[in-house]
Amino acid sequence: MADEAHSAEGGLSFHPLDQFEVHRLFGEGPIHWYTITNVTMWMAIAVVCIVLLLVIGTRKRAVVPSRTQSVAETLYGFVYTMVEDVTGKDGIKYFPYIFTLFIFILISNFLGLLPMSFTTTSHIAVTAILAFAVFFTVTIIGFVKNGAAFLGLFWVSSAPLALRPILAIIEVISYFVRPVSHSIRLAGNLMAGHAVLKVFAGFAQVGFIIAPVAILGVVAIYALEVLVSAIQAYVFTILTCVYLKDALHPSH
Amino acid sequence: MADTAVEHGAEAGGAGMPQLDFSTFPNQIFWLVVTLIVIYFILSRVALPRIGAVLAERQGTITNDIAAAEELKQRAQEAEAAYEKALVDARAEAGKIVDTAKADIQAELDVQLAKADAEIAAQTAESEKAIAEIQAGAADAVKAVAKDTAKEIVAAMGGKADAKAITAAVTARMKG
Repeated sequence: MADEAHSAEGGLSFHPLDQFEVHRLFGEGPIHWYTITNVTMWMAIAVVCIVLLLVIGTRKRAVVPSRTQSVAETLYGFVYTMVEDVTGKDGIKYFPYIFTLFIFILISNFLGLLPMSFTTTSHIAVTAILAFAVFFTVTIIGFVKNGAAFLGLFWVSSAPLALRPILAIIEVISYFVRPVSHSIRLAGNLMAGHAVLKVFAGFAQVGFIIAPVAILGVVAIYALEVLVSAIQAYVFTILTCVYLKDALHPSH
Repeated sequence: MADTAVEHGAEAGGAGMPQLDFSTFPNQIFWLVVTLIVIYFILSRVALPRIGAVLAERQGTITNDIAAAEELKQRAQEAEAAYEKALVDARAEAGKIVDTAKADIQAELDVQLAKADAEIAAQTAESEKAIAEIQAGAADAVKAVAKDTAKEIVAAMGGKADAKAITAAVTARMKG
């Protein structure tokens, strides 16, 4: 595909997926599980940003907050309210885990919007681990807290008796599809947005009529991607809260 | 260019998506787990307790300030009530003073009026006495003139005036 574009336009090359490649930072050779790659680097940058925002930014513990502290407090309050509203009081003790997920996804999404950066959350490997971690944790919490009563989640007691087995099958399927949709939603949104940005950027090389349009397109898509980054972090987090609520209170 | 394309395809694996290149999965998963653990420890040990404490402290400060404001408001209301009461008292006091003054003036007035009435009465009595004297004087004078006149008239008529009879007649006439 890249070659076709290349030959047709003469000098024009599209590599919208190159930005997602994982490669070694140092030297040559195969990528082992411990190899330091661009994934390592961008995750480390995310950790640094989180430390700057949430630790360095709040070091004064000011009653009247500075700007950075104000942002940190807003994020804290936002997630805390979400956890409390969706899961109830007994979900509060899982707040640090949920906040970890939220802040990692949010910061990674925003870092991915920097030009030349690598978007860790656009990889299905990353989002699938996040989603399966939520899935298994929530399932284990459900069984530990409620025992066999957790299976009542699949048995819709408010439905007519004849419908219940059918509904139970649907509920079980939907339960096991959760981690798939949960992870693909995040990775897919980010990957698509970034690929589109790259395609528009490719068109910007073409010439004086298409280039301004393409650049306007890049700006518009970029704005949309900023929105998508925040919304996908929010969606991932609130779905985690909803799943957690199901585990804590399985009765319909 | 062809070389890079081939290399690219080989690297990316199926469908040309780096996301589906399973050879990089262990690497990504390993670093993700490390990152999440690091973030979790930073957040749960340092950041979240600190932010929570700051928010709680602010909430406490706000609650205290509201309580203090409530107290000040109550004190202001008390002061206002005291002021109102003082105003009412002052009005009552003023009313009392006005009433007392009115009563005093009335009493004084009554005394003066009584005195004036008494004086007027005395003067009236005196005047009446004087008038009575004058009247009596006038009646005597008229009686004398009438007697003289009657005597003259009787004498002019050629009769002999009986003094006693004339006096009796004049007196009777004047009474009638």
